[in-house]
Amino acid sequence: MSNQNESGNREDNMSQMTGKQTSTSRPTPASGATRSLGDVASARTVNAGKPNSGGSGLEARGVHAWFGKKHVLEDISMDFATGTVTALIGPSGCGKSTFIRTLNRMHEFIPTAALAGQVLLDGKDVYEPGVDVTKIRLKVGMVFQKPNPFPSMTIKENVLSGLKLSQIKIENSDELLESCLKRAGLWDEVKDRLNEYGGSLSGGQQQRLCIARSLAVSPQVLLMDEPCSALDPGSTLRIEETIRELANTMSVVIVTHNMQQAARVSDYTGFFLSDGGPGRLVESATTVEIFTNPKQKRTEDYVSGRFG
Amino acid sequence: MSQTTLNVKPEHPWKLTPKDLVTDLLGALFTLLSTLAIVGFSPLKGKLGFALTLIVMAIVTATVMSWIRLDRKAAVNSSTTVLVYIAASFVIMALASVLYEIIRLGAPGFSLSIFTKDMSETASDMPLTEGGLLHAVIGTAYIVTFATLIATPIGILTALYIVEVKGRFAGTVRFFVQAMSGVPSIVAGLFIFAFWMIQLGNSYSGIAGGFALTVLMIPTVARTAEEVLKLIPQDLREAGLALGATQWRTVAMVVIPAARSGLITAVILGIARVVGETAPLLLTIGGADAINLNPTAGNMSAFPYYVWKNLLIGSENAISRAWLGVFVLMILVLIFFALARYFGAAKGSRK
Amino acid sequence: MQEKKTIPSPRKITTEPRFTDKVFRGVVTSGGLIAGLLLGLIGFFLVFNGFEAMRSAGLSFLTGFDWVDAIPENGQAASYGIGAMLYGTIVTGILAMIMGVPVAVGTALFLSYYAPEWIKKPMVVVVDVMAAIPSIVYGLWGYFVLMPHAEYWAKLIHKYFGFIPFFDMPAPVFTRSPFIAGLVLAIMIIPIVTAVSREVFAQTPLERIQAAYALGATKWSMIKAVVFPYGRGGVIGGAMLGLGRALGETVAVYTVLNLVYDIRIEVLLSAGGSVASMIVNKFGEADPVELQALMGAGFVLFMVTLLVNFLANYIINKTARE
Repeated sequence: MSNQNESGNREDNMSQMTGKQTSTSRPTPASGATRSLGDVASARTVNAGKPNSGGSGLEARGVHAWFGKKHVLEDISMDFATGTVTALIGPSGCGKSTFIRTLNRMHEFIPTAALAGQVLLDGKDVYEPGVDVTKIRLKVGMVFQKPNPFPSMTIKENVLSGLKLSQIKIENSDELLESCLKRAGLWDEVKDRLNEYGGSLSGGQQQRLCIARSLAVSPQVLLMDEPCSALDPGSTLRIEETIRELANTMSVVIVTHNMQQAARVSDYTGFFLSDGGPGRLVESATTVEIFTNPKQKRTEDYVSGRFG
Repeated sequence: MSQTTLNVKPEHPWKLTPKDLVTDLLGALFTLLSTLAIVGFSPLKGKLGFALTLIVMAIVTATVMSWIRLDRKAAVNSSTTVLVYIAASFVIMALASVLYEIIRLGAPGFSLSIFTKDMSETASDMPLTEGGLLHAVIGTAYIVTFATLIATPIGILTALYIVEVKGRFAGTVRFFVQAMSGVPSIVAGLFIFAFWMIQLGNSYSGIAGGFALTVLMIPTVARTAEEVLKLIPQDLREAGLALGATQWRTVAMVVIPAARSGLITAVILGIARVVGETAPLLLTIGGADAINLNPTAGNMSAFPYYVWKNLLIGSENAISRAWLGVFVLMILVLIFFALARYFGAAKGSRK
Repeated sequence: MQEKKTIPSPRKITTEPRFTDKVFRGVVTSGGLIAGLLLGLIGFFLVFNGFEAMRSAGLSFLTGFDWVDAIPENGQAASYGIGAMLYGTIVTGILAMIMGVPVAVGTALFLSYYAPEWIKKPMVVVVDVMAAIPSIVYGLWGYFVLMPHAEYWAKLIHKYFGFIPFFDMPAPVFTRSPFIAGLVLAIMIIPIVTAVSREVFAQTPLERIQAAYALGATKWSMIKAVVFPYGRGGVIGGAMLGLGRALGETVAVYTVLNLVYDIRIEVLLSAGGSVASMIVNKFGEADPVELQALMGAGFVLFMVTLLVNFLANYIINKTARE
């Protein structure tokens, strides 16, 4: 893979990116598919480079995870600053999904699960005793692999379901409904059928409905576990646009198998790998760097498609 | 890297910490003490007053504690959690009371001599050292054996028809058998009375009771056997058929042996279902105090009938006899229950 | 276009089973059909034997309150109506549902979502053992153990809620009332309602549960938003299966219910009705004419429970397929 940034250091990359940011408005992701991943990543509008102060956003500090005796994640430390999209890539079974489930405490639903390390939200450990786990999950939302709207609720009720579940009362729910659906890029398609059931939508629309549902409780962080793997390419592009849109106000962490997607949407990328043992974070850097100038041989092999 | 691994231990930060546990225990203690105080200083009296106060105080304490610690939604969650636990403890208490009373009132009359005598020379009012329930043992043995001998083949054939043959009426048969398991037992008794006695002109006998229990046993056997047969993997059948075997050989040599312990469970569950049935026997066996070794003719007794008769007599010793009968009957039911679980578990472990 | 394409029509594949298989299928089919036909046979024989009584009484067989034998000396004609008993059956059945279903659903929730691992298995055994206890045992326990307590509870209910017509008492006899019969029946139907509810709760799609939790739901708000909407049909079906059992229960009700041929709304009063218990009650000394009426009563009971069961199974099967 030809790589114009081979010798460039990170600073160069950044300036290059900022330079491109002005010249290239958002490229159509479709055209990205035909170019090299490095080009895709560096051509995209980037939020990277914002100061990553430890006090804001979400941080993982030395997170380990176990299922029973099996050590599945080893010593993962990552920062997810507000205003950025972080992609987690790596072959199946490397612990990416387990990792993001530790971030909003969905990990503990597996009976044999265990954990070590800290996950800090605004500087406070979410696993601290006495922390209200439901409040953590309100602040750190999650979108799953398969679209899962509540079938017994209408589109409107689905979007507002998070409020109902948490018994939060708000004044103008219609405004919230509209803004969430707009941010999820679904408003125009459903504004005339808000009282239809969520199941009547297409797969891609359902997934955007699920995103809107997560947005309604105004999370600081949105975790997405392969949100497009069950969708067609068209819907995937819509959701990627949505993700870029969301990154203006929150931080998004997305697990993906699709390296094109990681290159298209993310500012930072973490590469996970397991060599039979626990999954480790091999390399974590700006997306441009990962795809153009990875420090590790294994990262290079993976992003260039030599394995995985 | 391996060094850091040595230092970290798996933790479960979501589990209750000792501090939470202490708080919860204090809450429980407060519930108990405040209940005692309220019951002591108010007109509420007795076990019922205590229980109701305890429930109310438990809900109030849990709700208030979560509200203080967290928020309203946690409070609602806590109160519903208490309610769910109360529902489950109701169930445990009901069963505990039933079993406890059976032992308390039934066990004292128990001795091995009751299995050697019948009631032909003893009045129900006499002390329990006199007489026994051998006639009921023999009656129940006849009736249940007879019902098992008929219901087992029909039940298993029905399951085979639904799962293996998948005949044209499989769906209908399945639906009817499902509905049949809800037929009141008294109706089964009336049916046999109408058919076997009125229509065919027979009189009370053990096999009439056996027929009535058959009607109740078939659906249990058929439905359990159906579940069991459905669990047999399709590849096993295909393997048999692909070897050129007939369906009959495949079912007989492959499917049924694989499902054997499950089918045994089905039969035992069927027996446990009918062994204590009373109503249909009241209409079909006539009842007797003496041993009747002929199941095809003459009045017959059975455990449930023995209990029923003594209950209706109502004198103190008769009621003790009824409890004794219930005690023996429950032992029998629990033996079948344990056997069914044993064979059911054997099926699970083989997988 | 010019080229003529011949599309072969699909061959008909016939299997000629071997002789042994024909015999096998024949035997199995007849076994299955016997079981399927049994239900029809039950209905047929009850109608056949009870037809005369039902025909001569007409609609009043269902609506009449009297169950009077003919007394030729007085010139009194027999009059058989099961209206009061049918009403009483339904009242005790509904009372059993009101008291039993919430506990059963709570227990099912406990088993599915609340119980710690170590208590789950013993609790399942508890429910299964409850289902295995014969009804005569519940009858004995209900009469000698539960009734003294329940009588006291009934007095309290009357004392504090006596202004509600249902809890009024025209005469101070609290034993063997529909309330107590309903209580015993409630305990008897708990296992089946619990089992069916638990089964549908277990089928609740995990992804919906996770979605609710990921939105910050507590256990209870998750159950309300996901488990109940999904399992509603199953719970209703399970409750109806329980109702079917309660309607047909005989000996347990017989011991704890005083049969009175009258329609009363006061559920704490020692006066109620039960078709099944009445059949046992009258069977012993019934003459052939009364026996026909009892067969008719049995047929009505059979049809009512069958209807309830059909509906229940239909609802449950529909929920399970969803």
